[in-house]
Amino acid sequence: MGIINHTHVLANRPGVVSHAAIVGPKEGEGPFKGYFDEICADDKMGEDSFEKSECLFLQKSIQMALERAGLNADQVSFLLSGDLLNQIISASFAARQIKMPFLGLYGACSTMAESLALGALLVNAGYGQHAVCATASHFSTAERQYRTPLEMGCQRPPTAQRTVTGAGATVLGAKGGSIVIPRVTIGEVIDMGVTDVNQMGAAMAPAAADTLTRHFEEAGLTPEDYDLIVTGDLGEIGIQILEELMEKSGWKLGDRLMDCGAEIYKGLENVDAGGSGAACSASVLNGVILPRMEEGAYQKVLFMATGALLSPTTTMQKESIPGIAHAVAFERRE
Amino acid sequence: MNYRNDQDPNARKQYARIISRYNPKSPILADCVKAFVVGGIICMLGQGVSQFGEEVLRLTPEHVSSFTSMVMVFLGALLTGLGIYDKIGCFAGAGSAVPITGFANSVVAPAMEFRSEGVIMGTGARIFSIAGPVLVHGLLTSIIIALIRMFI
Repeated sequence: MGIINHTHVLANRPGVVSHAAIVGPKEGEGPFKGYFDEICADDKMGEDSFEKSECLFLQKSIQMALERAGLNADQVSFLLSGDLLNQIISASFAARQIKMPFLGLYGACSTMAESLALGALLVNAGYGQHAVCATASHFSTAERQYRTPLEMGCQRPPTAQRTVTGAGATVLGAKGGSIVIPRVTIGEVIDMGVTDVNQMGAAMAPAAADTLTRHFEEAGLTPEDYDLIVTGDLGEIGIQILEELMEKSGWKLGDRLMDCGAEIYKGLENVDAGGSGAACSASVLNGVILPRMEEGAYQKVLFMATGALLSPTTTMQKESIPGIAHAVAFERRE
Repeated sequence: MNYRNDQDPNARKQYARIISRYNPKSPILADCVKAFVVGGIICMLGQGVSQFGEEVLRLTPEHVSSFTSMVMVFLGALLTGLGIYDKIGCFAGAGSAVPITGFANSVVAPAMEFRSEGVIMGTGARIFSIAGPVLVHGLLTSIIIALIRMFI
């Protein structure tokens, strides 16, 4: 154990006031189709570019969450948001439309957990009554930035993952909500030398294992203390690697482990190892996990989103892929 | 394995061994068969176009090869524009990437993709972003071979 703790206990237990999840048509065909708040049949949302569409996904999810919380933008102290695109344009351009004190984040696909952890810390410390945490991603913008043009005919290896089109937003408050955040763990960047961009799950699994182990060690908890441990987008392969790494450190996760990326497209064709992207964990958390908790299906959930902190430039320069993971615990208010 | 010491080459090697057990292998044999069949069909089609030029249009041998390239590039570009070529490519891999229709696909796909940044600086600047390296190195190789041929 080091000198500092990565895990922070939030004595004032910030609450989840409201949440919203909007996804694209492909995500709307998957097993969670009955859960998402809105499924857009047109993944361009009537805009003339996919970048504008991604921004609109984010903007709509934030507005929906605010509306459900019964809040106006001028009652929110922080908007914490980021996305996958260069210069986090979706978040900044959405913040241009919704006027709130804005902090732009980049945590790749871990952005939902990063924004929630920061938001919970800020609200817990009393710096504001409400914080909005949100992120978005889009298949077509991510393909163009990280991979090849959409109409290029090329084969994908079975380890590749598909970027989720959609957005998720959570409103945190000092008071209210049936779910609270009792603790968060801020992860470290870990790079075990994976260079293949089609193996994101393998690149991120060590960071996930590290954050998870620290969370249990520092909070004095075991996996049994949670009904569900939700990871972001490790995918079908990454999740198995995480399980093995955790078992090597003496923690058995078992059936309570669930990966948003491995589940979101389950049963669909041409999705290889599952979903990825910032919206993958954001849409599943806000559309599926939090509503299910409110219904009482789960009492305690640990949400940990993972991110691969690479860029097309570092990939071309043959750098390996650094990974990160942050964990946010959710509990039903007694 | 100690991933808190992630710069340690031994830990990295150990981790590489772990992930190699989980990685599903690409179905190489099946992929090869698909590539062979689809690539073969494209080449047969090209041969048909070539014979049409030769026997029906009565073109000279040099004109026949230009005619065939033009028709095949047109077909590749058309199928890309209609959103069909990427589906063929997803199935056939190298079978549809290697023939000249694949070259057309690699030019038209970025041209369409970057249309949203304008015709000049979007499409114009990015149209050869994938085919460009192939052209540069192809031309370079042809010059080197021509030079070798000149001296022997």
